[in-house]
Amino acid sequence: MTESTYRIQGNTGAWEVVIGLEVHAQITSESKLFSGSSTGFGAEPNSHVSLVDAAMPGMLPVPNRECLRQAVRTGMAINAQINRWSRFDRKNYFYADLPQGYQISQLYHPIVGEGEIEVTLNEKDPDSAVKKIGIERIHVEQDAGKLMHDQHPTMSFVDLNRSGVALMEIVSRPDMRSPQEAGAYVKKLRSILRYVGSCDGNMEQGSMRADVNVSVRKPGGELGTRTETKNVNSIRFMMQAIEYEAQRQVDLIESGGAVVQETRLFDADKQETRSMRSKEDAHDYRYFPDPDLLPVELDDAFLEECRASLPELPDAKRARYEALGLTAYNAAVLTAEAETAFWFEDLLAEGVDAKQGSNWLMSELFGALNKMGKTLDESPVNPKQAAELLGLVADGTISGSIAKQVFEIMLETGQAASAIVEEKGLKQTNDTGAIEAEIAKIMAANEDKVAEYRSGKDKLFGFFVGQTMKAMQGKANPQIINDLLKKALG
Amino acid sequence: MTELTKLGVAAIREGVSSGAFTAVEVATAFNANVANAKALNAFIVETPEKAIDAAQAVDGDRAAGKPLGKMAGVPIGMKDLFCTQGVQTTAASHILEGFVPTYESTVSANLWKAGAGMLGKLNMDQFAMGSSNETSYFGNVISPWRRNDGSNAALAPGGSSGGSSSAIAARLCPAATGTDTGGSIRQPAAFVGISGIKPTYGRCSRWGVVAFASSLDQAGPMARDVRDCAIMLEAMAGFDPKDSTSLDLPVPAWEASLNSDLKGKRIGIPREYRLDGIDEDIAKMWDNGIAWLKDAGAEIVDISLPHTKYALPAYYIIAPAEASSNLARYDGVRFGLRDLPEGAGLQDMYAATRAAGFGEEVRRRIMIGTYVLSAGFYDAYYTQAQKVRALIARDFDNAWASCDLILAPTAPSAAFGLGEKNADPLSMYLNDVFAVPASLAGLPAMSVPGGLSKEGLPLGLQIIGKALDEQAVLNAGLAIEQRSGFTAEAKKWW
Repeated sequence: MTESTYRIQGNTGAWEVVIGLEVHAQITSESKLFSGSSTGFGAEPNSHVSLVDAAMPGMLPVPNRECLRQAVRTGMAINAQINRWSRFDRKNYFYADLPQGYQISQLYHPIVGEGEIEVTLNEKDPDSAVKKIGIERIHVEQDAGKLMHDQHPTMSFVDLNRSGVALMEIVSRPDMRSPQEAGAYVKKLRSILRYVGSCDGNMEQGSMRADVNVSVRKPGGELGTRTETKNVNSIRFMMQAIEYEAQRQVDLIESGGAVVQETRLFDADKQETRSMRSKEDAHDYRYFPDPDLLPVELDDAFLEECRASLPELPDAKRARYEALGLTAYNAAVLTAEAETAFWFEDLLAEGVDAKQGSNWLMSELFGALNKMGKTLDESPVNPKQAAELLGLVADGTISGSIAKQVFEIMLETGQAASAIVEEKGLKQTNDTGAIEAEIAKIMAANEDKVAEYRSGKDKLFGFFVGQTMKAMQGKANPQIINDLLKKALG
Repeated sequence: MTELTKLGVAAIREGVSSGAFTAVEVATAFNANVANAKALNAFIVETPEKAIDAAQAVDGDRAAGKPLGKMAGVPIGMKDLFCTQGVQTTAASHILEGFVPTYESTVSANLWKAGAGMLGKLNMDQFAMGSSNETSYFGNVISPWRRNDGSNAALAPGGSSGGSSSAIAARLCPAATGTDTGGSIRQPAAFVGISGIKPTYGRCSRWGVVAFASSLDQAGPMARDVRDCAIMLEAMAGFDPKDSTSLDLPVPAWEASLNSDLKGKRIGIPREYRLDGIDEDIAKMWDNGIAWLKDAGAEIVDISLPHTKYALPAYYIIAPAEASSNLARYDGVRFGLRDLPEGAGLQDMYAATRAAGFGEEVRRRIMIGTYVLSAGFYDAYYTQAQKVRALIARDFDNAWASCDLILAPTAPSAAFGLGEKNADPLSMYLNDVFAVPASLAGLPAMSVPGGLSKEGLPLGLQIIGKALDEQAVLNAGLAIEQRSGFTAEAKKWW
């Protein structure tokens, strides 16, 4: 573990920032935590609302086993303790987006206990510092509905589509010491969730959001009073909120004030946090065990199935790629995001060589997507199509430089690589006669260089290869050119 | 046709099935009795057409030679705590006045499937909170019984299932649903001289039943005799995947297995239930009950349930705690009453709606429940009460080592007069003292008539059984019924 050197410089010296995160991650499931309603995003308001979600009289919750399974799998992926006995509690408060008047959550006995994840501060730097961030618990709870205040002059409208959707609340230890560490933690956590398939990690759609606890102290000193900034919905905003909040607390303390334990909101436009409510007006949630639900008891078979269904996780995958001969950098980049890793896995499954595939993906595909402003998910070329292209290079049908041309055409037209090669006549030629004829012409036109080469200037060999390839319009087999040139130049 | 309304569940089912009379004739006769008994205020909503529709279906099935259900042709009253599709369901509250569910509770649906028809929605204590029916928003139910002192004082039919008890005693229906959280089936049954059983917690689905205290609420039948209770409980019970606390067990053939021979059964008499200053009539009835069970072949044993005296305080913490949360959904946002004062915000709307929509007793229990769950008091009240609850359950477990059933009075007194106890909530709560322990332990418990008090009012004997052993409870009830010679009826004055 490396100690963070991030400090806020105040008038009285340097201040250390202490950060803990509560990440709310929407569990990937067809239906809600306690009802059969769909969890689909973007539907007409109030179209995914069952009698249970609307808390009609006499309605009862029935736990969705799949949501519990996903929470357990997530816990296993962070090496956490899985609690075979857990229980749901009610968190009581009145609000228009909360039809029951209570949220069903887990306060006293969460389904997942202590775990940890390893965070690389700069994933693209293989030598970057690695830090372990402790996870206190993961519990499962219901999401609330959504209020809309802009639809009517005096009324607020309520959309209950999200009401009752399953969330995991992943509570970290206050182990982070800089906005960068917090950002890296959330990135890594999101990556694990996507690998496991327990959350799509889509922060724009609200599938993942964080409550950010921040306090400041003199390095190594007593913990300061913390504030909690609620519902921050992007990594960038979170880092900005931490920076602002830490600076605000330092300024406050240094000007003789004291930090008040309170809930704050982040205003993304002004890039500042604002007080929402202080501890004095904090709710008394009157948590108690939900009498409508039995305790959740997990048996061996269930746990076994959860474990068996876990995919290879990022850290293990990275190590395996390095063993396959990939550079540490390539292995790190290809495994950092689940989408990239899955894409690359598909490419390997098509029989592509790992080194050839990783180099092509990192340079050609990423380069092209970058230029087009597209993500990997939106790539016009899928792994199967890419494998065909790389196969043509591997078996000598086309050269690497021709492959670049073919790839460009594939991106534009969506045609298959072999069809393009066929249609444009890009096949690499092994016709030694034609190559020898060109070599002869080139040697005749460059007698001086031939002489220099023969007198020991080996570097000129590359020049002759380039000239020959150019004359052959790139279609000659480079190996044959090499052989013939060596013979001709003697 | 008045004779038809003298019949109970078994007799009606047999008469309809044999063709002695039609289900429509039965429904018509009970509809008439309901219509002529407004003075009892037993029904909040009358649904004569529903009773006739169900009866016609049964008569049609019989004509077509189709098999008939367990409750074929039996019109019943439905406690207003059960959500009924298309029929107003209020839990006798103002806050749900006008609420018409789009769904049918599992228990009521089971009954309709078994061939029963609905005479109407029965009055009750508001949200099932009360022991006298005086907390109903729709006015109290009056018991058909009167003291023999000529005073004509209006008496409580018991609660919370007071509409059910009054309607059965007055022959407005042969049977009715009840719900029991801390005695709400047994105490009203005792007050009017009928039978009622609260089965083991989890036997009857709570889905579609307006919740009072989820860990205690349990539906059960109320009827004229033990056999009728057995028949109706079979129709009501069963596993329901929509209720997580529902028991995934087959429904036993209680009716077919009824047997009043109690040879080999040991009946426990809990010494802690013999309170100082116990009512003389109650003590005498209890002794009679002991003698009847002995006569039926049972062995009588003294037992101790040492934590009995803590049951009532624990109950009045746990039940209000759960209620305070269960009743949070009545907020004026989606259904029921909404009181939106001029210029009010959300919080003002909540306060105004709930102040106007809940009666005094409901508000009191919400306040108690909120208090015992609040920060700083939770451990002292709620946690302690849960510990007491575990001890009470353990008392019973220990008792089962030396007995198979427990015999006790259902209530500490005969029916009291309306208005006599409602000024003092504590004396009202004390009425549940014998009923509450079995509720906290989730055990099956039944009340059957045990005799009359000096004032000529019915008294009830309570039989408590082991979890899932409704059969033994019903059998002992039958043994008492066969020996008590209880035939007293309320004289019609309404």
